[in-house]
Amino acid sequence: MTRSESVDIGKPVAVPVKEDGDGDGGDVAAHVSRTRAVVRRFRANRSAVVGCALLLLIIIVTAAAPLIAPYGPTQVDISDRLSGPTAEHWLGTDSLGRDTLTRLMYGGRVSLAAAGLAVLIATAIGLPLGLISGYFGGVVDWFLDRAADVLMSFPAIVLTIAIIAAVGPGLTTAMVSLGIVYAPRMFRVVRGSTIEVRREVYIEASTSIGTPSLMILRKRVMPNILPATLVQLSFLLASALLAEVTVSLLGLGALPPTASWGSMLGQAFQEMRSQPWLAVYPGIAIAIATLCFNLVGDGLRDAFGRETRKA
Amino acid sequence: MTRKKEKDARDDGELLRIEDLHVDFLTDRGWTNVVAGVSFDVGPGEIVGLVGESGSGKSVTSLSVLRLLPNAYSRTPSGHIWYQGRDLIKMPERELRDVRGNEISMIFQEPMTSLNPAFTIGDQIAEVYRRHKGGSRRAAFARAAEMLDLVGIPDAGSRVKDYPHEFSGGMRQRAMIAMALACEPKLLIADEPATALDVTVQAQIVALLSRLRDETGCGILFITHDLGLVVELADRVVVMYAGEVVETAAALDLYNAPKHPYTAGLLSAMPHLGVRGKELPTIPGRTPEPWRMPEGCRFGPRCGHTSEECVVAAPALRIVEAGRSSRCCRTEQLNLAGSP
Amino acid sequence: MSVKGVEGSGAKAPSSGAPAEASGAPVPDSTTGPLVDVRDVSVVFRKKRTLAAARQVRAVNDVTFHIAEGETFGLVGESGSGKSTTGRALLKLVPTESGSIKVAGHDVTNLRGGSLRRARRSMQMVFQDPYSSLDPSSTVAASIAEPLVVHERLSAKEARSRVNDLIEMVGLRASYAERYPYEFSGGQRQRLAIARAIALNPRFIVCDEAVSALDVSTQNQVINLLERLRAEFRLTYLFIAHDLAIVRHISHRVGVMYLGRIVETGPAERVYTAPAHPYTQALLSAIPDPRRRSGRIVLEGDLPDPARPPVGCPFQTRCGFVMDICKQRVPEHTAVEGGGEVACHLQTTGPTLAGSPLNDLVPTRATSTP
Repeated sequence: MTRSESVDIGKPVAVPVKEDGDGDGGDVAAHVSRTRAVVRRFRANRSAVVGCALLLLIIIVTAAAPLIAPYGPTQVDISDRLSGPTAEHWLGTDSLGRDTLTRLMYGGRVSLAAAGLAVLIATAIGLPLGLISGYFGGVVDWFLDRAADVLMSFPAIVLTIAIIAAVGPGLTTAMVSLGIVYAPRMFRVVRGSTIEVRREVYIEASTSIGTPSLMILRKRVMPNILPATLVQLSFLLASALLAEVTVSLLGLGALPPTASWGSMLGQAFQEMRSQPWLAVYPGIAIAIATLCFNLVGDGLRDAFGRETRKA
Repeated sequence: MTRKKEKDARDDGELLRIEDLHVDFLTDRGWTNVVAGVSFDVGPGEIVGLVGESGSGKSVTSLSVLRLLPNAYSRTPSGHIWYQGRDLIKMPERELRDVRGNEISMIFQEPMTSLNPAFTIGDQIAEVYRRHKGGSRRAAFARAAEMLDLVGIPDAGSRVKDYPHEFSGGMRQRAMIAMALACEPKLLIADEPATALDVTVQAQIVALLSRLRDETGCGILFITHDLGLVVELADRVVVMYAGEVVETAAALDLYNAPKHPYTAGLLSAMPHLGVRGKELPTIPGRTPEPWRMPEGCRFGPRCGHTSEECVVAAPALRIVEAGRSSRCCRTEQLNLAGSP
Repeated sequence: MSVKGVEGSGAKAPSSGAPAEASGAPVPDSTTGPLVDVRDVSVVFRKKRTLAAARQVRAVNDVTFHIAEGETFGLVGESGSGKSTTGRALLKLVPTESGSIKVAGHDVTNLRGGSLRRARRSMQMVFQDPYSSLDPSSTVAASIAEPLVVHERLSAKEARSRVNDLIEMVGLRASYAERYPYEFSGGQRQRLAIARAIALNPRFIVCDEAVSALDVSTQNQVINLLERLRAEFRLTYLFIAHDLAIVRHISHRVGVMYLGRIVETGPAERVYTAPAHPYTQALLSAIPDPRRRSGRIVLEGDLPDPARPPVGCPFQTRCGFVMDICKQRVPEHTAVEGGGEVACHLQTTGPTLAGSPLNDLVPTRATSTP
């Protein structure tokens, strides 16, 4: 063996490139990056695009609430209580005379942020544990998987309420509890796709190269479980949004005077007889936002799905 | 193996005649033509091999016979598929359903995905039989056992109650063939039926198909990428390249003296039990993408025999000798070597 | 191949390739003995089941062979024969139950952790399916750079010029480096996989059905490439395939596996022209040949369930020459005229071939069809 460590490889000696026409110049399919292919398919899906656009609109409007809302969120107008839609109050006012449109905008911020927080926590717990569990298997996997089984055998909302009961009410605690309750769902999806990816030949190829496990997880597994994770993320967001409603409806979430879609709905129920419209607006907002998350999730799944099959 | 004489098949008339078939696929680039004017026929009791590499359009052609391509992504802008005087392309779906699995059956490469794991092999064969031929459940089940026996499954009477996972790969493919033959079809389309199987099992399947043709008299359209396999089994061979038929000939004639440079290239590239050390012959380049077909002859850029005329116009498939045709304008000037 | 001098950049390895490995792996003795030495290796897979006894499969059973440096050893067999598992065991991608494996001086069976990872430099693998052996979400440049990043601690950028050279070395254009695997054809992907395998100048490469998934015309291109690289870099191959014709073309010596055991080994020429094991004979006969004079041997039935192999010779259930002794004892390996060994009772009992190949011995049980 007179080969030196790396020198020959750097200078291929007398290797005629032309010999195999297999690598002829224009032969490779026109260069389309994978991400762009996914984006293109996502954009071809009309309902996903509509969902995405509406969602963006909702996020922009709620984020810009302090700038565009006609009144302050807690601005009380005792003289004009429980009014129907008027020129001053487009969507009417509640029992304290607060502007419904304004509170809807501010409430959206709270609700969306709360849902985001819950999903963030669920991902922060579920993603790493799912990766470890799915990739390494063995006792750790067995234990984590059983733990997830136990957590998932309770209805999410019941478990959340149990945690809140122990810690005390408040939207942040509620959403942290929800995040913990959702963690097994994220864990399951991540673990499942990690197990799938782990069986792929390119993982074995990386192992045979001698790539350390953590590097394989980071560079090979993570990018390939990303599609499934993103899809699950959007479905969890939809679900968390509804959970926020339930928790706030029960008075365990957003505490007065903070507006959230859930707490608005809760208060509206108390005025159901005098002003039924009050329940309709937050209801519509929740329905649309949830629908949008689901549409985006479906769209992502289809867009990634075909990519995975092609590759 | 008895090789049925080509003449016999001709005299019986034709069973299936594909005429100028065009198929387009919807791709990221819009509608793209993948099968361009394919014509050939299969006689009763004749085994025709349809050979080509990936991207040649052989599987698309075979699937379009029974219109099994998804409507959303494919279309057949022109062409006819004549089956006993009826055009399958224009036939109403309802009528076609009676043809599928009854008069024309198909077997596929992966037997496991074509069998339902939740039902016994016997149930699945019996169901196909009853759908087309009616009769009692008991009679259909007896027929299933009979068919399994015909395809050489030992102890068929009891294996008929087994589930697909209890069968080995080779046995599943036999079961698929049994199901395809249950209604005594006049034509069997076999799409790479032996490719996923081991060589020794492959040999069993090929021997089985040949025997079944002799016993039942059905015509077989055998689609494969393996030229060696097809020449051993088929009476006639149709070679496809880049969506076109490039050569048709009686199997041994093709093997001994190909008339198209692509066929000659395939034959020389076939793995032979040659001596090690020598550089293996290759066909340079690769099959062109359907949206980037070369001007003139589609094989031109990879051909070692091109002249100016090859680029000027796309050559037509023409008869070069009795019973054989070639899509090469230089066929007469070339002296192509057959399989070594 | 020496493994040190990673950061030492270009420090020339002494020709013996003595590794100064910190982890204290055994010093390879490359002046004597084969590069790859496999002795009595068994691989057992256990599948736990909740309500039934664990299913145990001896995928590889007492396999012994060796490969000299610069030699190509072909391993032939059908699915379920254990040939791929053997290849993986050699690179410690599956754990071995017993036996010893030495590759390029490394005692593979006893390596683990960091020393195993370092040893992997000198042994690489090219996988069967080029559609799944490259990460679909990573550019080919990143995939090919992976061994360089791992073993030479290069950044992706530093590795780039080496990657470009590697891509050109396998006959593709360096400008393809930033593309994704799905943009390449099967043959091109297999070239890229080969580029990754040779990136670290390994001494030994396992080619697991490396050309089986490719079209005929592409197959030969890749085989020619492998042959060229072998000559250029003095590579040693274990070439695993079910296609006997291809194995014959590329191999110096051949081993035939059946149900986890090697039933015959020998120089390629001898095994193909004068097979000594009935299974080898049947495999050869299964190769389609329209001009065949004599009838082909069509084996009856399938491979037995590997979890419940028959007692005695593994091939007894399908063998045309089966005798009583075949159902009692596993045949010993005996030497064959013209080189190699065969594990068959016909050599010592019944017709007592005593080293002669099978040739025209007439089967006692009908397996031939006209």
